[in-house]
Amino acid sequence: MTTIDWTSTTISAAGAELHLRRGGKGSPVLVLHRDIGTLDRLDFYDALAAKHEVLIPDHPGYGASPRPEWLMNVRDIAVVYRAMLGTLGLNNAALVGLGFGGWIAAEMATFAPVDTPALVLAGAMGIKPPQGDILDQALISYIEYVQAGFRDVANYAKAFGERPSSEQLVMWDLCREMSFRVAWKPYMYNDTLPQLLTGVRTKPLVIWGDDDKVVPRSAGEVYAKQLHGARMLTIANAGHLIELEQPAALADTINAFLAA
Amino acid sequence: MHLMYFTEQPMKDYPQEAGLETGYTSLIMSNKHFNPVDGSRLYNEFLENYIYAEEMGVDGIMLNEHHYAPFCMQAKANVFASILAAVTKRVKIVILGNPLPLTDNPVRLAEELAMIDMVSKGRLVSGFVRGGGQEQLATNTNPAYNRERFQEAHDLIVKAWTVPGPFRWEGKHYHQRVVNPWALPLQQPHPRIWIPGVISAETITWAARNGYPYICLNTSIEDTKKAWARYDEAAAGVGYTPGSEHRGYLIRCHVGETEEKALETARQFLWMDGEFTGRLKPVWASPSGYFSPSLRQNFVEFVAGQSASPTRPRKTFEQQIEDMQIIAGTPAQVTERLRIIMRETRPGIMAFWGNEGRMSQEDARTSIRLLGQEVMPALRETAKELDLKDPFEANMPVSRAFAGSQHAGKAAAE
Repeated sequence: MTTIDWTSTTISAAGAELHLRRGGKGSPVLVLHRDIGTLDRLDFYDALAAKHEVLIPDHPGYGASPRPEWLMNVRDIAVVYRAMLGTLGLNNAALVGLGFGGWIAAEMATFAPVDTPALVLAGAMGIKPPQGDILDQALISYIEYVQAGFRDVANYAKAFGERPSSEQLVMWDLCREMSFRVAWKPYMYNDTLPQLLTGVRTKPLVIWGDDDKVVPRSAGEVYAKQLHGARMLTIANAGHLIELEQPAALADTINAFLAA
Repeated sequence: MHLMYFTEQPMKDYPQEAGLETGYTSLIMSNKHFNPVDGSRLYNEFLENYIYAEEMGVDGIMLNEHHYAPFCMQAKANVFASILAAVTKRVKIVILGNPLPLTDNPVRLAEELAMIDMVSKGRLVSGFVRGGGQEQLATNTNPAYNRERFQEAHDLIVKAWTVPGPFRWEGKHYHQRVVNPWALPLQQPHPRIWIPGVISAETITWAARNGYPYICLNTSIEDTKKAWARYDEAAAGVGYTPGSEHRGYLIRCHVGETEEKALETARQFLWMDGEFTGRLKPVWASPSGYFSPSLRQNFVEFVAGQSASPTRPRKTFEQQIEDMQIIAGTPAQVTERLRIIMRETRPGIMAFWGNEGRMSQEDARTSIRLLGQEVMPALRETAKELDLKDPFEANMPVSRAFAGSQHAGKAAAE
């Protein structure tokens, strides 16, 4: 695999300071991470960056991006990212959203319904599932929540170790607090989003792990139904955290979709 | 010296085996195990005991509320406060407290409290709390905005009590087109506000800056002293020196005819595995955003199940007797130990947490009688010797904001 030269910068957008990783060459792709934040380096990121210029910001208030006290909902985050892409001159970036990041990506697409070249949603939150509920992290520990994201819990230890470090726990707590600030009630969805999605004219793809225990598949089916021209693909042997369990399969699927 | 009686109102007749089976005795333990027949009897027993405590000479009845757990049957402190307003004659009704962030309409709370104050003829003490972690989950209150909601609700309630309406409220968390309650407290400028808590530095500092008495909830003598040091420092920062009238203390206290019997019964203070809030997942007690950011490092290990609670380290019964966080014995023994606490921490307000777990009604009443007839008179003498005054004796203003206003209490209704 090609070695990717990743850089980190800080960028201001709509009153938020964002920690931004950039790497790779090609058409721009904005990758939006999950509610648990992201590890700094992933094989999945490298595989995308082998074909694209990849941008991976920490959401405002998550990871290394400081918390904007004023920010109160997921649409605020989506607006911040639109401003960030504008500042970078990358309004043409494809959007790839993982879980909670998928919700942000979907909101971004509704703001720019014809200017978003491609939208990839992997196990996206943001829609009230017709069957089941989005797993509520408020009722379980950080560790239980992250473990629930894996099809095979052995993959949890591979990613985060047998016993997570205090630093990792603090990071999960910061991320969780920020998720509560923006998505406590209703939990992790926007009731108006399904309707607004019908106005989007982009190239959409909905991806789900075949054993996602965090976001019910029925939510993905709503995305696929409401987004004009969308397909829904299933990645085998993957839970919610597809990029950690099946990084190559996910990256190959996305790269092929963006190239088509 | 203001001496109060308190009980968590334990739902002692819940089936213990069901709790063991579920693994939890809070939040998600099914309420199919709540038997309203037992509930009805217990509520009435608690009520009898409150009335008995008044007869035995206590100055106040302390009330609180919790949700979704057998450790506390009181889901709305204002309900019992309303009942006590009518059925008692003399005692202060001390709510410690109403969990402000849990309400979406603080003006409604202001109305309820004003009604209680009027019906009781000015006997309400209106404490406010943030509510425990589990309460945020039980009422779907965002823990990340807990402190903001607490402060804004407080500001709105005090304004609703003291500034003639109508006015409009456009805050961050609360919005009211018209604030104009046709129910106002009898006490002027408003009922006393006391703030209970455990160690939260932010709350202690906030109470001190406002000039509200702070009630340490069963903290160790050492932690109580730390809390007072913090309170005194914050008070000095705004230009006053607190006295005993700013200091309250809640202690688990059981009095029996013999030491042996009292100690045996007092073990009920550690029912449900010694967790007074019941067996729970640590994450319920400490949802993200609820605890102080300065303690994040300590709390995350607790929430992850990798360490004990940073605010409530687990101790055996014997340790807690030794550390005087549980006081149990004959009237003479209890008096002696409580005097040590009074000398060491100089509170003007003391609350006796007197009925817990599966204590029998007979034992609960024996304790109330011995407290009232033997312990409290002796403590009042000690309070005189130590010059410990409560907020009423000191005739302190209700807050620094109303430092110039004379507090007008019960006399206003007569």
